[in-house]
Amino acid sequence: MINIVLLTLLVVVAFAIIRMKDLFAVIMLLGIYGLLSASFFVAMDAVDVAFTEAAVGAGISTLLMLVVITMTGRSERTTRHKPLLALLVIIFTGALLIYGTLDMPYFSSADAPIHSHVTPRYINDSMEEIGIPNIVTSVLASYRAFDTFGEVVVIFTAGIGVLALLSVVRHPENNNKITTVNDAMHEQYLIIRIVTKILLPFILLFALYVQFHGDFGPGGGFQAGVIFAAAIILYAMLFGLNTARKVINQSFVQLIAAIGVLLYGCVGVVSLLNGGNFFDYNVLSDDPVTGQHLGILLIEWGVGCTVASVMIIIFFSFAGRREIQLHNKNVSDKDQESSL
Amino acid sequence: MLIAATLAIFIAMILAIVRGIVGPTLYDRILAVNMFGTKTVLLISLLGFVMGRPEFLDIAIVYALINFISVIGILRYSDTNELKHLSHDKKSLEKEP
Amino acid sequence: MDIIINISGALCLFIGSFLCISGAIGILRFPDFYTRMHAVGVTDTLGAGMILIGLMFYSPDFLTFSKLVMILLLTLLIGPTTSHVLAKAAMKNGLMPELAKTDHDKNKDKEINSSNS
Repeated sequence: MINIVLLTLLVVVAFAIIRMKDLFAVIMLLGIYGLLSASFFVAMDAVDVAFTEAAVGAGISTLLMLVVITMTGRSERTTRHKPLLALLVIIFTGALLIYGTLDMPYFSSADAPIHSHVTPRYINDSMEEIGIPNIVTSVLASYRAFDTFGEVVVIFTAGIGVLALLSVVRHPENNNKITTVNDAMHEQYLIIRIVTKILLPFILLFALYVQFHGDFGPGGGFQAGVIFAAAIILYAMLFGLNTARKVINQSFVQLIAAIGVLLYGCVGVVSLLNGGNFFDYNVLSDDPVTGQHLGILLIEWGVGCTVASVMIIIFFSFAGRREIQLHNKNVSDKDQESSL
Repeated sequence: MLIAATLAIFIAMILAIVRGIVGPTLYDRILAVNMFGTKTVLLISLLGFVMGRPEFLDIAIVYALINFISVIGILRYSDTNELKHLSHDKKSLEKEP
Repeated sequence: MDIIINISGALCLFIGSFLCISGAIGILRFPDFYTRMHAVGVTDTLGAGMILIGLMFYSPDFLTFSKLVMILLLTLLIGPTTSHVLAKAAMKNGLMPELAKTDHDKNKDKEINSSNS
């Protein structure tokens, strides 16, 4: 019942997103879409996925898209050509996909392939082999550690890509002018500054709680990293980019991103050197369960560091571009005034 | 009573979505998103109690924080003076869906 | 004792749901942005607070209770702040309340609507 209502709402919001022309409204509806799908995941009892969706889909991606949209302008370009061929291809593919679902096992049927292959082993044995109450974390960080390593490398690569495309050469003599442009929010909104100052330590502390509580409940490195980065981005939005750059040095953040991936990889290499397989944490310590605990703790730290710093890097790169754009605009305005 | 409250929150969410889709001005939409976020926090907490797993409350806390951050972000970058300048005078092309 | 806790929890939940629904109807039916914000303000603080307090009566252990208290404090801190900033930003960018409009303002308002929407 709850699922049906939520899915209907998801479809309605998706169609509204397609119909909208104003990109700002689209971003807001995407935020609603993220919240809705996260509630859907909670209703389906997939708490960890809901956690990730809440932090990533509704939180950080909205912020990053907002920064991007301030540079590109806020209305969608109207298309002139008729997308008939594309529509035909999509209808054909969609019909094939729906035809494919007819062979799938029924929803929540007990003898579906996914429930009979490795899942019983995870559910029955993970408590003895790994000793962590949250099965999702033990699957993610121990049984499927190699996949997760791939994900972290993908995130790291995304950060490097953004840096390579958008990293800017800053002119030190122009710094003061840029600061005066960027601090608009800082001066006007006194109440929100104070409330943010109260909330920031709480958000950072909560990120650490999520990081360490991932063994026992929903949470883990990905979510914690995103929440940490969201707190830093909030600070940068309110107090200006230069103030945030003074607090968090950008090259230091880049170093942390690399260190996170290295830490993750090194855990695998050390377990290789100790005589086990790659990411076989049993050999990290004398007691296999302690080894598993140590390995999971370390790689969650690696994931958290990389995710947080890559998100901060992406935000800083985009916001830095916008800063320079604003600065150039101001300079050209002044030139026009003086020529008049 | 818990289920009745869940239904009430659902109705409120649907009305907020309608306002978010229709909403004539940008600020109406921001308002709808903000209210939707609060309702989601309530929905998650209620669902945790309905399904008998109150540890869902962690997610509700994340929602409250994320909601705050994204609303502030939207307000920060919706400063119309900058946007008018950057959107290359496309206002004539915009129309309400 | 048990029945008192149950009844008071149910009462709080009922008041909270009533406020939530009335606020949601308000956001749909009220004529302009500032009145809508009034409706949302009622829902976000009192409605959410009542529902969270009602859940506190049902909470099985102390950890759940303290988490609920934390969510309540966050809601009470965040809701009014966002409302304040929203109203301030709307006012600064020239969105006038329905009653305070003259004809000149209405024309201006149309412009703002077309540029904002």
